[in-house]
Amino acid sequence: MVFGGKLPLTRGVTSIDGGTGGGLSTWALIAGNETDDGVGASAFVTRVPLSDYDFAAYGVAVGFFDRVELSLAHQEFDTGATGAALGLGEGFTFEQDIVGLKVRVLGDAVYGQDSWLPQVAVGVQYKHAEDDWLLAALGAEDDEGFDFYVSATKVVLEQSLVLNATVRATRANQFGLLGHGGDQNNDYQAEIEVSAAYMLTDRLIIGGEYRTRPDNLGFAEEERGYDVFAAYALTDNLTLVGGYVDLGSIATFDDQEGAYLSIQIGF
Amino acid sequence: MRLRFACAVLAASLFTFAAPALAQEGEEPVAPYVQSDANAGAAPITDPAVFAALNGREGVNRIVDRTVDLALADPQLGPIFQPFDMVRLRRTLKEQFCYLLGGGCTYTGRDMTTSHADMGVQTRDFNLLVQHLRTAMREEGVSNRMQNRFLAVLAPMHGQVVQR
Repeated sequence: MVFGGKLPLTRGVTSIDGGTGGGLSTWALIAGNETDDGVGASAFVTRVPLSDYDFAAYGVAVGFFDRVELSLAHQEFDTGATGAALGLGEGFTFEQDIVGLKVRVLGDAVYGQDSWLPQVAVGVQYKHAEDDWLLAALGAEDDEGFDFYVSATKVVLEQSLVLNATVRATRANQFGLLGHGGDQNNDYQAEIEVSAAYMLTDRLIIGGEYRTRPDNLGFAEEERGYDVFAAYALTDNLTLVGGYVDLGSIATFDDQEGAYLSIQIGF
Repeated sequence: MRLRFACAVLAASLFTFAAPALAQEGEEPVAPYVQSDANAGAAPITDPAVFAALNGREGVNRIVDRTVDLALADPQLGPIFQPFDMVRLRRTLKEQFCYLLGGGCTYTGRDMTTSHADMGVQTRDFNLLVQHLRTAMREEGVSNRMQNRFLAVLAPMHGQVVQR
């Protein structure tokens, strides 16, 4: 078995959902530093202190032969003092676990520079939130659900750009932290995630992401999210990501935004 | 018809024997092959800005020598390169880069599949050589954007260089 060998940053970073991507969106890249004849792994911790909440996510992912990715992530959404205003009690924390499976089906984001064909991957994420009694009271239909997605990622070396587009079929409320489906809508909806980044060097990229989400719950509006970020591969094993994210309105509290920091380890 | 055939044979043998004739002192002989710029594996970049950014022919020669030096000194790549003819490699790599950068050179080496047939290069080796090439270009003062424009031409050769 062989370890390591990927070019810097081409394992991407881990998105808050646990899969390889940008910070907010999922990409077609595969976790870990392995190439087509090895196995790799990555781990991440991301903290996003928002205007009225505190969001954190951490997890691990394993990449097989730069082809298949298996990921586990845990998200915590601490309502802090806002919890009291929501009637949940101060410091009430929504939590969920996410298990992800991604398979790269065609193309190569890095080597396919003579073609416009991107690297394409398909994936599924199983999300299971805690406190089902509360989610039901808020209008959610289920405390667990599946997201299905198709991602296309391309490094355009000629322009020093990294581009991604993902279409996600989902019923998730606030990424699944508030369950799946709701009193307002219970069907799967196609949501989009787009990202563009510029390679300042092969170890430092800056970019932005945009992600739409369903609006299933009657009690509170859910909006799109977007961010700007910088990712720096300090070494082949350590990547730091800093950014600024705006997730819109969350559980009746508008304009949830804040700076975030993510630490990414890869082997 | 017969004349045409004779011309083709003559042309082929000229090309075949032209290759070793250009070889530098100290190069080992290789099996005969048909010489062609198409062996370089990609079409040249038409924008002269990239060749200029690599400081023209002299810059390309320095970048190739530095890249090969770094590869030979590398514990992972050294053993892959050492059994092969480094005099010939340096010469053909300089020609290939100059040709691909639109520098007006002729490439006299073999195609990428043939020249890498016995090297056993894997993806991680290919990537490591890319890293050494980036180091050499950085030392030559080539901007990241121009490095990427050149690497965009080389990247698709992964399919011919790496052996499954």
